[in-house]
Amino acid sequence: MNSRLTEILVGLFMLLFLGAMLFLAMRVSNLTGLGSSGGYTLVAEFENVGGLKSGAPVSASGVRVGQVESIAYIPEDFAAKVTLKVEAEFVDAFPEDTTASIYTAGLLGEQYIGLEAGAEDIALIDGDEITLTQSAIVLERLIGQVLFSRSGAE
Amino acid sequence: MDFVARFGRFWLDVLERLGRAHLFLARTLGAIGSLIPRFGLLVRQLHAVGVMTLSIVLVSGLFVGMVLALQGYYLLEGFGAEAALGQAVALTLVRELGPVVTGLLFAGRAGSAMTAEIGLMKATEQLSGLEMMAVDPFKRVYAPRFFAGFLALPMLAAMFSAVGVVGGYLVGVEVLGVDAGAYWSNMQSSVAFLDDVVQGLIKACVFGFVVSWIAIFEGTDCIPTSEGVSAATTRTVVYSSLAVLGLDFVLTAIMF
Repeated sequence: MNSRLTEILVGLFMLLFLGAMLFLAMRVSNLTGLGSSGGYTLVAEFENVGGLKSGAPVSASGVRVGQVESIAYIPEDFAAKVTLKVEAEFVDAFPEDTTASIYTAGLLGEQYIGLEAGAEDIALIDGDEITLTQSAIVLERLIGQVLFSRSGAE
Repeated sequence: MDFVARFGRFWLDVLERLGRAHLFLARTLGAIGSLIPRFGLLVRQLHAVGVMTLSIVLVSGLFVGMVLALQGYYLLEGFGAEAALGQAVALTLVRELGPVVTGLLFAGRAGSAMTAEIGLMKATEQLSGLEMMAVDPFKRVYAPRFFAGFLALPMLAAMFSAVGVVGGYLVGVEVLGVDAGAYWSNMQSSVAFLDDVVQGLIKACVFGFVVSWIAIFEGTDCIPTSEGVSAATTRTVVYSSLAVLGLDFVLTAIMF
C-alpha cells in the first residue's frame, strides 16, 4: 500500500482516538477542571448528606446550575461540609438567604442538591456559606417516625 | 516411572518455553529505542493492527452498547429505575466490556495476523535472511509490531466504549423512550474520569502488552512448516483470550 495513504489513515485513527477520549471525558464522565474552569464555589453544612456523592448535580427550580465538588466531615460541628461549584453564568443569582436541601430524584434515584432562592438583596459570592440547609431524608428514619407516631396514637 | 518422566518433561518444556518468552520480551523491549529514528515502521504497523481492526471494533461496540441498553432497560424497568440506564451502560462499557471485548477482538483480528506473518517469515527463511544482511529482526520486525499493538489496543478500547455509549443512547433513548437528559446526567454523575475511564484504559494497555507479546512470540517460536504456523496462530488466539479474561479478573480485583 501507498505509504502516504497509510500515514493519512493512521493520522485519522489517532484523531478518532482523541475524539473518543474527548467524548469519554466530557460527555460520559463530565471531567471537572477542564470545561468548567469558570464558576464559583459555595459551601454548605448538612447534618446528614445521606447518599450524596461528589459530582452530583446542584439544581435550582429543577435546572442544573452546578455540581457537588467535595464532601467532608467536620468533627467540630458533627456535620458534613459540602462544597458546591456553581457555573459562572449564575453569578449573583442566589441571595444570602438561599436554602440548600438534599433531595432524591425519584424514589430510588440519585441524590442532588436543590437551591431555593431567598429574598435578600445581597447575593452569595465565591466562598460564601449557605447557612440555611435541610438534610437528606433518610428513608429508614422516616419509616421509624411513622411507626412511632402511629403506635403513640393508639 | 515412564509416566512420571513424561510429566516431568512436559513441565520442563513449559518452563523452558516461558523462559524463552521472557528473554524474547526483554530483547524486544530493549530494541524499542531504535524505533525513534525509524518512525515509519511504527506507522505502518499501527495501520496494520489499528486501522484494520477499527471497523470490527466499532461495529461490535455499537452492538454491545445496544444490547446492554436493551437488557439493562428490562432489568431496571422492574424497579422503575430506567433513568439509571445511562450509568449502567457507561460503567459496564468503560470498566469491563470496552477493554475485554476489544482485547478478545484484537487477539482474533490482529494478534493472529501478527503470528501468521512472523511465522511465515520464519518458514520462508526471511528472518534468517535479515540476519544474514546484519539487520536485527528485533529492531526491524518485532519491536515495531509489539509497540504498535501496545498502543493500538487502548485506543481501540476507548473508541469501543465511546461508540457503545452512543449505541446505548440509540436504543435506550430513541427506541425505548428513556429521557435523554436522565441518560446523560446520570452517566456523568456516576462515571469518574480518573477512576473509571483511565482505569479502563490502563487495563487495555495491559491487555495490549500481553496480547502483542504472545502473538509475536508464538510467531517466532513456531515450527517453520505450514502446520506449525497454523498451530501457532491457534495458540495465539487461545492463549491471548485466556490471558485477557484471567488478567481482567485480577486487574478488576486490584483496581475497583
